[in-house]
Amino acid sequence: MKIRFLCMVAAVALLGACQSADETVVSGTSASDNIVTKAPAPTSAKSVSIVAGSQADFVSNVGDRVFFEYDVFGLTPEAKEQLIKWVAFMQKYPRNNLTIEGHADERGTREYNLALGERRANSIQNFLVSHGIASSRLRVISYGKERPDVIGSNESSWARNRRGVGVIQ
Amino acid sequence: MKFIFFKNLCFVAISGMFVMPVYAQVQIDINKPNIHPMPIAITRFINTTNQGNQTCKNVPDVISADLERSGLFKPIDSKAFIQTIESLQNQPNFPDWKVINAQALVNGQISSTQDGQIRVEFNLWDVFAENQMLKQSYTTTTNGCRRIAHIIADAIYTRITGETGYFDTQIIYVSETGSQLKRIKRLALMDQDGENHNFLTQPQELVLTPRFSPTAREVTYLSFFRNNPQVYLLHLNSGRRELLGNFPGMTFAPRFSPDGNKMTMSLAKNGNTNIYEMDLKTRNITRLTDNKWINTGPSYAPDGKKIVFESDRSGSQQLYVMNIDGSEQTRISFGSGRYATPVWSPRGDLIAFTKHKDREFFIGVMRSDGSGERLLAKGYLVEGPSWAPNGRVLAFCRQTKSPSSQSKLFSVDLTGFNEKQIITPLDGSDPAWSPLIP
Repeated sequence: MKIRFLCMVAAVALLGACQSADETVVSGTSASDNIVTKAPAPTSAKSVSIVAGSQADFVSNVGDRVFFEYDVFGLTPEAKEQLIKWVAFMQKYPRNNLTIEGHADERGTREYNLALGERRANSIQNFLVSHGIASSRLRVISYGKERPDVIGSNESSWARNRRGVGVIQ
Repeated sequence: MKFIFFKNLCFVAISGMFVMPVYAQVQIDINKPNIHPMPIAITRFINTTNQGNQTCKNVPDVISADLERSGLFKPIDSKAFIQTIESLQNQPNFPDWKVINAQALVNGQISSTQDGQIRVEFNLWDVFAENQMLKQSYTTTTNGCRRIAHIIADAIYTRITGETGYFDTQIIYVSETGSQLKRIKRLALMDQDGENHNFLTQPQELVLTPRFSPTAREVTYLSFFRNNPQVYLLHLNSGRRELLGNFPGMTFAPRFSPDGNKMTMSLAKNGNTNIYEMDLKTRNITRLTDNKWINTGPSYAPDGKKIVFESDRSGSQQLYVMNIDGSEQTRISFGSGRYATPVWSPRGDLIAFTKHKDREFFIGVMRSDGSGERLLAKGYLVEGPSWAPNGRVLAFCRQTKSPSSQSKLFSVDLTGFNEKQIITPLDGSDPAWSPLIP
C-alpha cells in the first residue's frame, strides 16, 4: 500500500511538474480569448484603435458570427448573407487566415454537441470555399457546448449560443 | 486461519473464511427497490496499536458511511449499543443486539504487527441466526486504513447481498468552476466517497470526458491543449501523457476496450463524425463506421465482441450495436425521443444511456437488444452515465438551469432509487467510475 500510495503522489506531483514546465505556454491563449467581445467599442475610440483587417475590424465592420437553428447545421439565408461579407473581407485581406469556431447550445449531450459544432463550422467552411476562399486559409474547431456566448436557459440565450464564429489569424 | 505474509506487497488479505453460509438469515435482495435498509450495528474497533487509539480510528466510520450510502444498510447509532465492545470481543451477546433491532453486527480489532504494520481484523455476525458470517484480516501501513475500510465494506456488502462490492474504487471526473462563459475544467481523481481528491490537469487547459483503463492506472480524455481538441492518454503512475494518434481532425469520445489493449474514439472531419479503433500496442487504426452522419459515444461490451454507439443516421440520435469489426450495425433504440451516450454494463446485460425528450433529459437503462427500457433519473440536463464495477449503481452529472447553472455528480441505483449527490469540492461533470482497484 505504501508503495502504491507513494506512486500516486509521485504521479500527481510529476504531472503538475511537467505541465508547469512545458505547458504553461498555453496559459490564456485559448481561442476564446481571441474573440473580441461583442460590446461595440466607444465610437470616439473606434476610428483610432481598429486596425484594418484585424479581428476588431472584422467584428465591428463585418460581424464575426452567424447563427443556427436548433440541432441544425445548414446555413440560414441570414447566415449566407452574412458569410458573403466574410468572403469579401477575406478577399480584401488575402494574408489573413480564419479559424471558424462551431458552437452548440446547452441542450444536447456533450459529445454529440462537439460533433454538431464541427458540422456547423464545416458548413461555414464549405460556403467560404465555394465562394473562392482557399481552404488552406481556413481552419475549423468545435467547442460543442463548452463556450457559450451568453448564460441563460431560455430561447433567446440558446439561439445566441448556437453559432459559428470567425476568428482572424 | 492460515497466515501468508508478503512484506513488499501493498495489501495482503491474510485470511478470509465464510462461516455458515447455508441458512444465514441476513440477506438483501438487491434487485428490488430497498425501501427498508437493513439495520446493521458497526462498533468501534478495539485498538491495541503501539501508536495509540488514533491509528486507523476511522475504519468503522468509513465502513459505515460506505454501507449507508449504498442505500441497502442503515447503521445503528452506537449510543443504542448495550454490549460493550470489550465484552463483544469474546462473543456477541445476541439478545443485546436483537433488542436494538440489529440484523447484522460488525466488530473488529486494530493491532500492530511485529514489523510495524497495522493489522485490521473484523467479524460479521448474523444476529438472528446467532452465527458468524465472515471473519477476515488485512495488514497495511497507516496510510492504507481508508482503503482497508473500503475493502471490508465490500466484503460485508458481498456477503449480505451476494453481489460484488464497489467501495474500493475511484471516480475520475471533470471539476468545474468559474463563469459558464469560460468554464475552468480540470481532471480530478478521488476515492468513490470523495476522499483523497487530486487535480490531474492545469486550470488553463479545457479537458472533457475522462475514462479509466481496466487497470485504473491509465486515463484517456479529450483535451483542447493548444486549441487542438485531441484524445490523450495519461499514465497515472508516471504522470506521463501522450497524444493518441495523428488524425486530420478533432478526435474525441475515447473509450478503452475491456482488455485495455485497444481504444475507440471518434474523428470529426468535413462535417462527419465516425468511430475508429486504435490498437494501443501497434497504434494501427481501423475505421468502424463510414458514413456522413454523426457516429460517436462508443462503448464496448464486456466480452469485447460488440460496440454500442450513438448515431443520427436515422435523423435523430439513436443507439446502435455493431460487431467489433464494424459489421452488422443494428439500431436498438426505438422509443420516442433521442438516445445518447450508451454505456454497456460491466455485467453485459444492460446498456445505460442519456435520453432527451420534450425538453427533459433522462438517465435510463435498456437491455442490450433495446428492450425493457427503464428511466432512472431526470432533470433539466442529466447526462453521461457511468457504471460502478458491479453494474448495480450508476454515476451521472446533473446541471441545473441558469442562472444557478450548477453541475453536480450523482449516483443512482439500478432500481431508480437511492439517488445521492457525490460530493465534490467544486462543481463536477463527466464522472467515470473505476473498476475495483487491482
